[in-house]
Amino acid sequence: MHIKVSDMKKVLAPSATNMDAIAATPMPPNAPTYWYLVGTRLMRDPVTMFCAFLLVFVVGLALFAPWVAPADPLEVSVMNRLQPIGTDGYLLGSDRLGRDILSRILHGGRISLFMGIAPVLLAVLIGGGLGILAGYVGGMVNSAIMRTMDVFYAFPSILLAIAIAGAMGPGISNGIIALTIVFIPPMTRVAESATTQIRKFDFVEAARATTSSHLRVLRVHVVGNVAGPILVYATSMVSLSIVIASGLSFLGLGVSPPNPEWGLMLSDLRESIYGNPMVAILPGVMIFVTSVSFNLLSDGLRNAMEIRQ
Amino acid sequence: MKVITTNPAVLQPSVEDRGGPAQPLLIVDGLRKYFSLKPSLLSKSGVVRAVDGVRFTVAKGETVGIVGESGCGKSTTARLIMGLIDADEGELVLDGDPVGARNGLDWDVYRRQVQMVFQDSHASLNPRLSVEDTIAFGPISNGISRNVALSITHDLLNKVGLDASTFGRRFPHELSGGQRQRVNIARALAMNPKLLILDEAVSALDKSVEAQVLNLLMELKHSLRLTYLFISHDLNVVYYLCDRVLVMYLGEVVESGPVEELYRNPKHPYTSALLASMPTAQRNARRREAPLQGDPPNPINPPTGCRFHTRCAFAESVCASSRPMLSTPTAGTPDQDRHSVACHIHNPASGHSHAGSDRIVLWTSGHVNN
Repeated sequence: MHIKVSDMKKVLAPSATNMDAIAATPMPPNAPTYWYLVGTRLMRDPVTMFCAFLLVFVVGLALFAPWVAPADPLEVSVMNRLQPIGTDGYLLGSDRLGRDILSRILHGGRISLFMGIAPVLLAVLIGGGLGILAGYVGGMVNSAIMRTMDVFYAFPSILLAIAIAGAMGPGISNGIIALTIVFIPPMTRVAESATTQIRKFDFVEAARATTSSHLRVLRVHVVGNVAGPILVYATSMVSLSIVIASGLSFLGLGVSPPNPEWGLMLSDLRESIYGNPMVAILPGVMIFVTSVSFNLLSDGLRNAMEIRQ
Repeated sequence: MKVITTNPAVLQPSVEDRGGPAQPLLIVDGLRKYFSLKPSLLSKSGVVRAVDGVRFTVAKGETVGIVGESGCGKSTTARLIMGLIDADEGELVLDGDPVGARNGLDWDVYRRQVQMVFQDSHASLNPRLSVEDTIAFGPISNGISRNVALSITHDLLNKVGLDASTFGRRFPHELSGGQRQRVNIARALAMNPKLLILDEAVSALDKSVEAQVLNLLMELKHSLRLTYLFISHDLNVVYYLCDRVLVMYLGEVVESGPVEELYRNPKHPYTSALLASMPTAQRNARRREAPLQGDPPNPINPPTGCRFHTRCAFAESVCASSRPMLSTPTAGTPDQDRHSVACHIHNPASGHSHAGSDRIVLWTSGHVNN
């Protein structure tokens, strides 16, 4: 038996010229980090930037509502009921109790945005944590966590929110708890699937081979890689949260009157939709614009965070 | 470029040569790993015998190759030796210290001395971490300060042929395959290991880059006095790099021996067929038909007796009924001395009709067409 390997040593033998090392283009010592790259990509995306500015504008107005709003949102004026848009002193009209719509929208934004963002943040912390745990540990822990979440999936999210809020009674904090419970299962699922995917990569095994603790492997190698999908999903969820929160208020389960909240205002104003349609749809427009902006922002984030090969 | 001896003393609690030169660096004995398949609607339950009673030794400074078809348990063996998955059975002895045993070597201490370079240079680097963060992770998580870890990292980058100031802050997707594999090697070396497991470490690279990385591995082996366990399906590369070879088939070692001896005088029909399946550059020595037909049998229910008998040209009834053991080497030249095989043909007492005939030429690679 003879094998023609004798030639091979000659071919392989010439010493390494390190061609791929030489061919490298020089880079400044402080090359941009990953998040800096994401930032520059976002800056170049006009739609995302527009949405981001719009959201900053809306959030800013809501935050500074007491100073920006021309009138007290709770002040009733029977003389000035159902004014149309552009009336002197009622720039965006008034509702059937004569309250200034502009002021109510600005103040309402505080509650609406808070109820949109707070449950998502809570769900990211709880659901994201559970999902990462389930994905990283796997096995029985995974089954226990994910099957529990599946139980919640049996109910449509809006119905589940209504049921929980209905059982706990109206109020902002109850509304937030209801929404958080609704958002934890999908958040867990996103985090779990992202983590399971990352877990399969050799770099996690290589990290474990350095005998570093699981917590450190999670923090350095897993969380950084699943933060992207979770962040994107959370951003898109804020819009859903605003809509569902408004829906709860609309049904009388979230914020209670006379507090201004977009969903509640929409519910109030629906009676004047024939007389004063332009005023009546204003809270709806705010809900729409904000949630669409959050959705487009999440799309933009996803594009910017993709690692291009 | 700075010349370093080895990494600062911080990472080596028990890295001194304990057993002396004659003590094998690693003894693997009776390593066994079965994966059980849970029954489901569409499949029956079963047990995948991924690694079934593998035993071998790796001497200090040696390069041992493991070859075999895909699915024969090469990578599982590597992961078992790394401690990334738990073995069902078997013992590891590092430089005289049994691993995980009472008054033996602690698993964590062991793991730091055995590191691995993975096949997929892309999947084995965290896409969100820069090159230097990836390499420094191991030292940092073992309690070395960030500054010291970074200086170790820069030394290592230079050692593997990457300019630290150019590549340190880069991300994996900004590197070529060869550069990524250099980073992987540096990452493994950052733990200052005694044994480096190279699991198909060069298989995914272009031929020219592969040669460069192989030469780098040879240089590193000499300068850092490393021991390699080189897993590959590329017989040429194994011949080039290794001192000794193990041939695996369906979770078992079927033949082992010094590379020159084993390539010149393969005893197991499987080894012989593997070697005959190497493409040759010589026009008149090419063969048309493959020496091995079909895929290896399913490891869920491996064949009885000799696992190779379903594909072996010399199979007889004894091969299906009794399992051949890896022979203890017979006397002869020092090279033949360390050549052992698990085949009935080479066991005069087996009852195989060819048994005892010293050399059967099973396959010749010089098959001439027309």
